[in-house]
Amino acid sequence: MSTRLAPPKWALDVRDVATGYGSHAALEGVTFNIEPGCLAGLVGPNGSGKSTLLKSVLGILKPWRGDVLIFGEHWRPGRGAVGYTPQSEAVDWSFPVTVFDVALMGRYGRLGLIRRPSRQDREIAFAALERVRMADLAKRLIGELSGGQQRRVLIARALAQQADLLLLDEPFAGLDATAQHDLIELFKQLSREGKTLFVATHDLSCVAEDFDHAVLLNRHVIAFGRPADVFTEENLNAAFARHLMVLRAGDHTFISS
Amino acid sequence: MEAIIDFLQEPWTYEFMCRALISAVVVSAVAAVVGTFVILKGMAFVGDALPHASFGGVAIAFALGANLYLGGAVAALVTALLIGLIGRRGTVRYDTAIGILFVGAFATGILVVSTQDSYTADLFAFVFGNVLSVSWNDVWLTIALGALIVLLVAIFYKELLFTAYDPTMAAASGLPVDALQFGLLASLAITTVIALQTVGIVLVVALLVTPAATAQLLTRSLWSMMLLGAAVGALASVIGLYVAWHADVSASASIVLTATALFALAFVFSPQKGALRQSGLMRR
Repeated sequence: MSTRLAPPKWALDVRDVATGYGSHAALEGVTFNIEPGCLAGLVGPNGSGKSTLLKSVLGILKPWRGDVLIFGEHWRPGRGAVGYTPQSEAVDWSFPVTVFDVALMGRYGRLGLIRRPSRQDREIAFAALERVRMADLAKRLIGELSGGQQRRVLIARALAQQADLLLLDEPFAGLDATAQHDLIELFKQLSREGKTLFVATHDLSCVAEDFDHAVLLNRHVIAFGRPADVFTEENLNAAFARHLMVLRAGDHTFISS
Repeated sequence: MEAIIDFLQEPWTYEFMCRALISAVVVSAVAAVVGTFVILKGMAFVGDALPHASFGGVAIAFALGANLYLGGAVAALVTALLIGLIGRRGTVRYDTAIGILFVGAFATGILVVSTQDSYTADLFAFVFGNVLSVSWNDVWLTIALGALIVLLVAIFYKELLFTAYDPTMAAASGLPVDALQFGLLASLAITTVIALQTVGIVLVVALLVTPAATAQLLTRSLWSMMLLGAAVGALASVIGLYVAWHADVSASASIVLTATALFALAFVFSPQKGALRQSGLMRR
């Protein structure tokens, strides 16, 4: 008899999570979930705990309370199921590593201590660079890249992890409109291929326009679900504690302060 | 021609100069390898603090009649450990913790020295360095510890690279980031102690920082930065000892100033990052 289990219902299932730094709580009673293959946005004002939430999903920050389930399982660092791209400011762009070196770091977690990357690891890293159209620049130093190219390298590293859930912290920050558009197209393609993307961003309109799912956060989850349902004036005002205008014109949604 | 050969050969006809050469070359090469991380992680202050802290241990060992290197190594390792622990707590800034700890340890050294009646010339060799008086035992110890550190860096190269470049992601990938960072600090502590006799407490930081910084201006990867840094350090040692011999000046100061001069050359003439290139005076 086959004992195959049904695929897990949620790519990411966060249940009543509280965490913070020292004795200061940054998140309280955070509960939401995201379906597999979803392009999901994490939005909220500065200091609302977006980065903290991503770090507790990654397992870097231990939840004080509650559960984080990834594809139905508790996750520990090193299992490889979660890819992560940090905020660009958190990366040392003057470090003497090439684009390929960074992509190859995506394999390090699976390799464990001491073992060197194999030829297969190198091929996976290179394929990840091809996937984000950065293979031509593989030998460039990371300090020689444009803002959009820098984000792509970090995404390639997450792809090289062969993770099904990708967490991205402010990937659009500092990008021009064209670079942002290219990145969103890449996200959509990845989600069509079955990757689940959870993207922390300030850009509400972009989430409203292009994303499948939104989580609105301000220390706790104010709403989650389809962007059209989440981005009501009532919810946004509760999250941002000021008046935001939501304009709907046909299929398009614009949010402005 | 013969004069040139004499000029080049003369210093090495003396055994103490050969010992000094081996010791200085090994120490400066190892210091450049460890110094590569010191530079990339902005740890120059730690690199200055640990040799100073080791003086506390050296002085206590001197008072107790114990091995001075062992005393210095223990003090540097304990200080490195405390810096790491306090830095992790996050209640006191990292550089503040370093500032408090190393002067505390250094002051301990001065206090202990002030209680000693005997003349403390041996101790001052540690402060200013005295590479011309290293014994063969010192040379063997330097080679053994230096080889150990280089071996560890080679074994854990991948992990050290990842942790230095992106500690958050390295931790999320399951690497023991805290252990690696402590290991790096411990290697730094041992490197500073073997460098003490060559250049002295005050100048150790120059061997950690200057050759690696010179290499950074000329290379594109971490391992080539380490290799070239080691070569620059070794070259500075050789030239520095020639200068010291022929001009009859301090060997430690000559070695450090040669490294400084090599850095200045790289700073001006580096093909990619040099001041000339960036000012547009030199075409590609």
